[in-house]
Amino acid sequence: MNPGLLPLDAGGYKPPGVDDFSFGAAFPDAPGWLGADWLNKPLLQAVIGALLVILLWWWASRNLKVKPSKGQFLGEYIYEFVRNGIARDILHHDYKRFLPYLLGLFSFLLVNNWFGEFFFFMFPTFSNVGYAYGLAFLSWCVYVGAGFAKFGFGGFLKRQLIPEGVPWYLLPLIIPLEFLANFITRPITLALRLFANMFAGHLVVMVFVLGGAYLLTLENNSFFNVAGGVSIIFSFAILFLELFIGALQAYIFTVLTAQYVSTSISEAH
Amino acid sequence: MTTPVIGVLQEIDLGPLAPEHLSEVIVGIILMLLIFLVMKLAIVPAFEKMYEERSSRIEGGMQRAAAAEAKAAAALAEYNDQLSSAREEAARIREDAKNAGAQIVAEAREKASKESSRILESGRTQLDAERTQLLVELRGEVGGLATTLAGKIIGESLTDDERANRTVDRFLAELESAR
Repeated sequence: MNPGLLPLDAGGYKPPGVDDFSFGAAFPDAPGWLGADWLNKPLLQAVIGALLVILLWWWASRNLKVKPSKGQFLGEYIYEFVRNGIARDILHHDYKRFLPYLLGLFSFLLVNNWFGEFFFFMFPTFSNVGYAYGLAFLSWCVYVGAGFAKFGFGGFLKRQLIPEGVPWYLLPLIIPLEFLANFITRPITLALRLFANMFAGHLVVMVFVLGGAYLLTLENNSFFNVAGGVSIIFSFAILFLELFIGALQAYIFTVLTAQYVSTSISEAH
Repeated sequence: MTTPVIGVLQEIDLGPLAPEHLSEVIVGIILMLLIFLVMKLAIVPAFEKMYEERSSRIEGGMQRAAAAEAKAAAALAEYNDQLSSAREEAARIREDAKNAGAQIVAEAREKASKESSRILESGRTQLDAERTQLLVELRGEVGGLATTLAGKIIGESLTDDERANRTVDRFLAELESAR
């Protein structure tokens, strides 16, 4: 029997960490840019996810009937979830202009987040922070652009930076604060919230699965073997939790984008 | 961890917060733009068109239903109208008939009473005439009989009382039978 409680000391086990989120080139032997380092697994996943989103929606939107079939009903359910539940609720009568972006955003996020729980992929694309930055930057462009388009450059900045009813002597303090809040922290928190949830969730899954597998296959210690089995069984519960969190984060990202657009284009401050 | 891509942040190790490759950001943006274009050009219009068709069909159905309802209400009103006018007419006809019947009865009664009085009158006149005629006839006959009787009496012996009596008796008997 191994008397120590820490089999990790024995070597051979490397706890999952940051390095598990960086991948080498997907096709290292391929010539030219195909073999480049940046063409890695997350990038392929992002491309496949985008194609999947496009194909699924194309498939759902062709041959739409006034009286829906069962398949169309499901497509309509998701479409209406974004259209009525997010876009129309938050943006009211302006919602149709922003619906394509919000719908695409939600679907792209959902598919990529759920890649973390799907065989073959088993990695949430947005736990690589760059993709989250990219989407947050686009959302930033959308809500800032919508504001500029509606109120003009100066008008929009004035609306965003000077809240009503603030006395003039507080303006030197308020303007930088509002600028920071509306133009800097919004996209950063948007990106980091998504990234951190995906990253941490994937890390937890790896701890339970890899750690459990290590304990299960450890020789001469039945207690650790049992603990490893329990850990692997428990990882299924974590995977279901991750499915939920993936959907939730896709929803939150989309809702917040809609919310930012709404504050940009609303008449009243 | 490889060195972060963003120049200013190279001094600080951001760990996993720095993208490993700038390509992540670029590819994320390009893919999202691609998805956005597909959504804008194909998918959202397809769904919205279907929703519009559906709502217009539902509206059309509602309008048709409203029209049918109005039609039914109009028909009912017309029916009720006709019914009440028919009732009125029937009542009027009944009233007329009643009036006419009463009139007919009154007329008949009047006619009958007139007729009866006329019959009575004519009967009475006839009777009068007959009586007068009888009286005239009787008067003539009585005269003739008296004459005959007187002749017979004179023709016979006036002394023969018995004979005279028989003659008178016979006369009376003749008279009796002549009546």
